[in-house]
Amino acid sequence: MSTKHAEAATRFIADRAEEKWHDETLWMVRQKRDKMSHSLPEWERLRQLASAIKLYSNSHLADLLEEFERHAVANGAIVHWAKDAAEHNAIVEQILQQHHAKVMIKSKSMLTEECGMNPYLMEKGYDIIESDLGERILQWMHTHPSHIVMPAIHIKRQAVGRMMERVLGTEPGNSDPTYLTHAVRKDMRRKFLTADVAMTGVNFAVASTGEIVVCTNEGNADMGTSFPKVHIATMGMEKIVPNLESLGIFTRLLARSGTGQPSTAYTAHYRKPMNGQEFHIIIVDNGRSEILGNPEHFRTLNCIRCGQCMNTCPVYRRSGGYSYTYFIPGPIGINLGMLRNPRAYSDNVSACTLCLSCSHVCPAKVDLGEQIYRWRQQLDVLGRANSMKKLLSRGMKCLMERPALFNTALKFAPAVNLTPRMLLYNRLNAWGVGREMPRFAKQSFNEMWKTNQIEK
Amino acid sequence: MKVGLFIPCYINAVYPEVGVASYKLLKHLGVEVDYPLDQTCCGQPMANAGFENDSFNLALRMERLFQSYDYVVGPSASCVAFVKENHPHILAKGDHLCANKDKIYDICEFIHDVIRPTRLDALFPHKVSIHNSCHGVRELHLSTPSEENRPYASKLRNLLSLVKDIEIAEPKRVDECCGFGGMFAVEEPAVSVCMGHDKVMDHLSTGAEYITGADSSCLMHMEGVIRREKLPIQIIHITQILAAGL
Repeated sequence: MSTKHAEAATRFIADRAEEKWHDETLWMVRQKRDKMSHSLPEWERLRQLASAIKLYSNSHLADLLEEFERHAVANGAIVHWAKDAAEHNAIVEQILQQHHAKVMIKSKSMLTEECGMNPYLMEKGYDIIESDLGERILQWMHTHPSHIVMPAIHIKRQAVGRMMERVLGTEPGNSDPTYLTHAVRKDMRRKFLTADVAMTGVNFAVASTGEIVVCTNEGNADMGTSFPKVHIATMGMEKIVPNLESLGIFTRLLARSGTGQPSTAYTAHYRKPMNGQEFHIIIVDNGRSEILGNPEHFRTLNCIRCGQCMNTCPVYRRSGGYSYTYFIPGPIGINLGMLRNPRAYSDNVSACTLCLSCSHVCPAKVDLGEQIYRWRQQLDVLGRANSMKKLLSRGMKCLMERPALFNTALKFAPAVNLTPRMLLYNRLNAWGVGREMPRFAKQSFNEMWKTNQIEK
Repeated sequence: MKVGLFIPCYINAVYPEVGVASYKLLKHLGVEVDYPLDQTCCGQPMANAGFENDSFNLALRMERLFQSYDYVVGPSASCVAFVKENHPHILAKGDHLCANKDKIYDICEFIHDVIRPTRLDALFPHKVSIHNSCHGVRELHLSTPSEENRPYASKLRNLLSLVKDIEIAEPKRVDECCGFGGMFAVEEPAVSVCMGHDKVMDHLSTGAEYITGADSSCLMHMEGVIRREKLPIQIIHITQILAAGL
């Protein structure tokens, strides 16, 4: 009766060394983030402002998006609106067709992942090349990100080296990161120079200027957009910020929160198309309007995809990104999955102790843990409640609403302490997997009080 | 000032000595304290598991039990936080305005913020490692959450500092969850046990003889790990230390 997450987590933890490495590596990123956040006395004020600006922007989306479009068009960009993933993918395909393009080089985007764009286009014969190193590794390995900021964090360099021997003909047994990176760089350089179309994601879109901002550490977005005659930037519609002043709040928070750097190595502002280049911007809804109308969950739209909620989550660190059934893992993924399709992705709701570390680490103050609590209340209605938990809950309700019954139960409870081990510790007792059962006291506090054994 | 002592179900059943220590401590500090008889449960286990409606009658029952008291004080931060944070909206479904929310305190919070003793008579010549429990830290602010950039303060540490001959330590991951999480412990046993083990090892690495904290539920979880793995550390609720020798 366990969830798919619980089962996958059990498999992940079975390799204890691997689990420990994963936990410690991501905890290190959390510590790097702490160092950064503690170096800014105004950190909590920045979070407060980021949250307030997002709440403002998301409740004035129509106005801000139209303002953005007006300015972007005046700057020479071509703006498209996509109501869902299918429309988004069709728009991209159409642009590729118009330019008789075959090869598209792209920087990292969780939105194209959300829209299933790569498989859609590749099936139609287009060559889509991921230019972020982590994403490129995953593309070669035919797998998907396990973390939204460090997509290949779960893969060790030895495995990367073995894979590269196959795809790039690198030296057998050489897994030196610098050597491998150089090999990829050499291979990618040709692709950067010859791709027909460049695509980037969008970290922020500024309404007052019509520009978009793309943050990377590798400069791959900048390199990618430098040569092709077409640049397509694709954005979820909640990426909008009102103006450059508010943008500054977010660029200060993003990298510090995400990876513990003062800023990303490259923060590129795209306002106008380069000479002779076409600049397309696709604004995507794909369910965001509905989230906006959901009073219990609209704050998920505050998310700036820094990924720190994953690093701080004690469950994510110990179960890995692939243990979740939605393509975005961790606290934000649990919530976004439920918003996408609650029946399909309810298996992730168990992956939370309600420790609330995520809510406190979030730079835009998304109430992640509180929202997971609220989703749990919906599971029974959705027909996705765990029947064992439901039974336990009903049983407890029954007992606790009857003090006389509860007191009697406590009188007999110490007998459980004497139960033979083999009866107590078996497959049915999930507590007993790695823990001894609590020992019931000979006398409850209530009984001691009633019989005046406590000196008053 | 009349204080109603709130003894959660599992303390009643498993750790009555924590209830006794709490009572003694409050009385010693000159507080007029009483225990409303036949308390059971605040409803947190059901609600956290997703069955908030199963908690409604229990929340209402707690309202009645503590109606005549100025304060509700309990030795379990998580249960106190649940009453404070969740009873109001649970009770609102039955058009009941939650009165407990403004008068309920974790016992450390109550002693630290309301009684404010400058000395205690307790003696505890041992090294302890403080367990900063999630709901105590992030809902009741018993200490500053490690995620936030605020000067570090800990009500637990302040109170323990009044105890004679005690040595106080804290784990490296100062407020990482122990993995209990109510029914999480049985729905996700692999992760839960792994977290419990890691947390106990972190406490153990301080060289402490005891893990102490404001939440008997976390302590109960870690005790399960300690006894299974036969680790050289014990658990003790903070009230038992503050009341030591009284």
